[in-house]
Amino acid sequence: MTTSTSLVYLIALPLFSAGLLLLLGRIADKWGHIFATLVSASVFVIGVMEFFAMQGREGEARAATQKVFEWISVGTFQVDASLLLDQLSICFVLLISGVGTLIHIYSIAYMSHDRDRRRFFAYLNLFIAAMLLLVLGDSYLNLYVGWEGVGLASYLLIGFWNQKPAYATAAKKAFVANRVGDVGLSLAIMIAFTQFGTVTFAGVKEGASGASAGALTAIGAMLLLAAAGKSAQFPLQSWLGDAMAGPTPVSALIHAATMVTAGVYLITRSNFIFDASPTAQLMVVIVGAITLLFGALIGTAKDDIKKALAASTMSQIGYMILATGLGPVGYAFAIMHLITHGFFKAGMFLGAGSVMHGMNDEVNMRRYGAIRKVMPITAATFGLGYLAILGVPPFAGFYSKDKIIETAFYAGGVEGILLGGATLLGAGITAFYMTRVMVLTFAGTKRWDENAHPHESPFLMWAPMAVLAVGSVASGFLLNSGNALVNWLEPVVNESHEHHSEHFLPPLAISAMALVVVAIGVAFAILKYRTVPVVAPENVTGFTKAARKDLYQDSFNEAVFMRPGQKLTAGLVKTDYKVIDGLVRVVGWVIQISASSIRNIQSGYVRSYALIMVLGVLALVAAVWMVTL
Amino acid sequence: MDIANYIYLSALLFTIGAIGVVVRRNAIVVFMCVELMLNAANLAFVTFSRVHGNLSGQVASFFTMVVAACEVVVGLAIIVTIYRSRRSASVDDASLLKR
Repeated sequence: MTTSTSLVYLIALPLFSAGLLLLLGRIADKWGHIFATLVSASVFVIGVMEFFAMQGREGEARAATQKVFEWISVGTFQVDASLLLDQLSICFVLLISGVGTLIHIYSIAYMSHDRDRRRFFAYLNLFIAAMLLLVLGDSYLNLYVGWEGVGLASYLLIGFWNQKPAYATAAKKAFVANRVGDVGLSLAIMIAFTQFGTVTFAGVKEGASGASAGALTAIGAMLLLAAAGKSAQFPLQSWLGDAMAGPTPVSALIHAATMVTAGVYLITRSNFIFDASPTAQLMVVIVGAITLLFGALIGTAKDDIKKALAASTMSQIGYMILATGLGPVGYAFAIMHLITHGFFKAGMFLGAGSVMHGMNDEVNMRRYGAIRKVMPITAATFGLGYLAILGVPPFAGFYSKDKIIETAFYAGGVEGILLGGATLLGAGITAFYMTRVMVLTFAGTKRWDENAHPHESPFLMWAPMAVLAVGSVASGFLLNSGNALVNWLEPVVNESHEHHSEHFLPPLAISAMALVVVAIGVAFAILKYRTVPVVAPENVTGFTKAARKDLYQDSFNEAVFMRPGQKLTAGLVKTDYKVIDGLVRVVGWVIQISASSIRNIQSGYVRSYALIMVLGVLALVAAVWMVTL
Repeated sequence: MDIANYIYLSALLFTIGAIGVVVRRNAIVVFMCVELMLNAANLAFVTFSRVHGNLSGQVASFFTMVVAACEVVVGLAIIVTIYRSRRSASVDDASLLKR
């Protein structure tokens, strides 16, 4: 371990900037967005410098720590606000600050007509600070602070246009669903503390080797709940679609590239827990498999371009979660998919924002069509992202997604076939719905609103898209060449270099199968969407209806949790009013009644008081006399 | 002379004083009855002092006298003030402190 003094600036700079922009108010309107973007860029520069510094160190010394201050010191319980930059964190630092900076630049143009642009940038910087704290904290408690911070930033940004009640509700929904996950994280921390007496990653890792299976499974399950809340995994995924109420750059940064992948980070960071508990691992793969199909199915029926992309995000994170559940071989591929996904999905979201920008904020893809002619750059960058998510070689998704499918098949036995089949099917559905998005938006005929005059977006918007498109093309190849990322992450995730020799399917066959499935999905979508009605048809199959309604997850939540919850609170209020308040009222009533009769003795006549006193003394004397007798 | 007679006298004086306090309305008379009760107590103190052969009872009676003197000063002042404002020294008329 190397001690560093510069890590804290990664967090302090954006935090300071956020505070400054929020406190200065309208004074900072003129330069707030430039300032925030510069801060974000400087964080990226620091991150790159740290990365190269790490390259110069070898072995154990690669990871760097910095103790910022002593946070909690109670008896033997010690928590320092310490930062840890290791091979895993640096991937996230570069992704967050890099994509974050691009999205800052994009937002300068995208939000230029918004009178609250400065506040928007302050929140973006707040998010960057919180997210970096999340990935840099060296203990679960430090991570928790960042975890809550990104939740707050996400809430503030989803509800950024909170003058629309639906958007404010969406923000609340996201916050509440996240809170359910947060309970899981706090429980996991508490269990870890009772079991190991410490909450640092290093301490828990040390303790995990000697802990009971039950405790590890409990911690793993709670961590999975936390990951499900933050990463929109089944059964807590319903908030992500509504979270698209936020401005599009927010969807790109928080709800595609970074924050929603925090769950993947959490599980990868806690690899020592999951590796030691096969039960917890099984839960992780099941959640991942369900979500990747769930999200993909929802994606096939959404007409709102952002919601289709959100469903896709859900599905792709399902892939990552599934990969993390596959044990040491899966972590590196999960992180690789996370990084490539960060590029292509953020790029596609920015592309969607660019289209919306030109189409008077229209989000319904049925009112798009033939946009490639008026927005060639957007269409090109989006198209590169599209090829990447499909997993067409040599684009980024091919390297990362294929590895996950491969690893799933190699899990062995029935589990391997089921998981491999699920990932393969997911890839096919992904191809279908992404082709649908492409065809509906960029190809076909114009179905525009008569007021729409689409035009290519300004340079500040298409430049970040272009950079992300380059990432969508090249990142997979770069990360995979010579197993670069796998070797880089090896010290963190303990990759054991297992060699899969006796597999019934060679990797090449799996890649070929994946490509065939993808081709089928693409062909199916192209055939199905040759003509697109402007109004979504009503006479559709029950399946499409279900997918349009997010497979009834909202209805389920409402029927199972919300309505009974409301009934419960109403019942409690009634109990409080009738029983608790009733008791208090009875006591008051008894005192009132008895007092009003007793106070009649208070006549105000001195002589009657004197008589009572005399009688009292006589009674006392008589009593004493009786006793002594 | 039998020492018990002093006690009987003391009890008689105390009873007369107590009855006077209860039955009379004039504040001055009530006041004098209170003094009578105090002096009955003093008589009992002195008697018991004699019975036990020490001076404690006599000392206690001095204290009673001092207290009685103070009480007279304060009490008479109150009675005179009430009389001035209400033109009455009846204790039944000063019955505002009720309920």
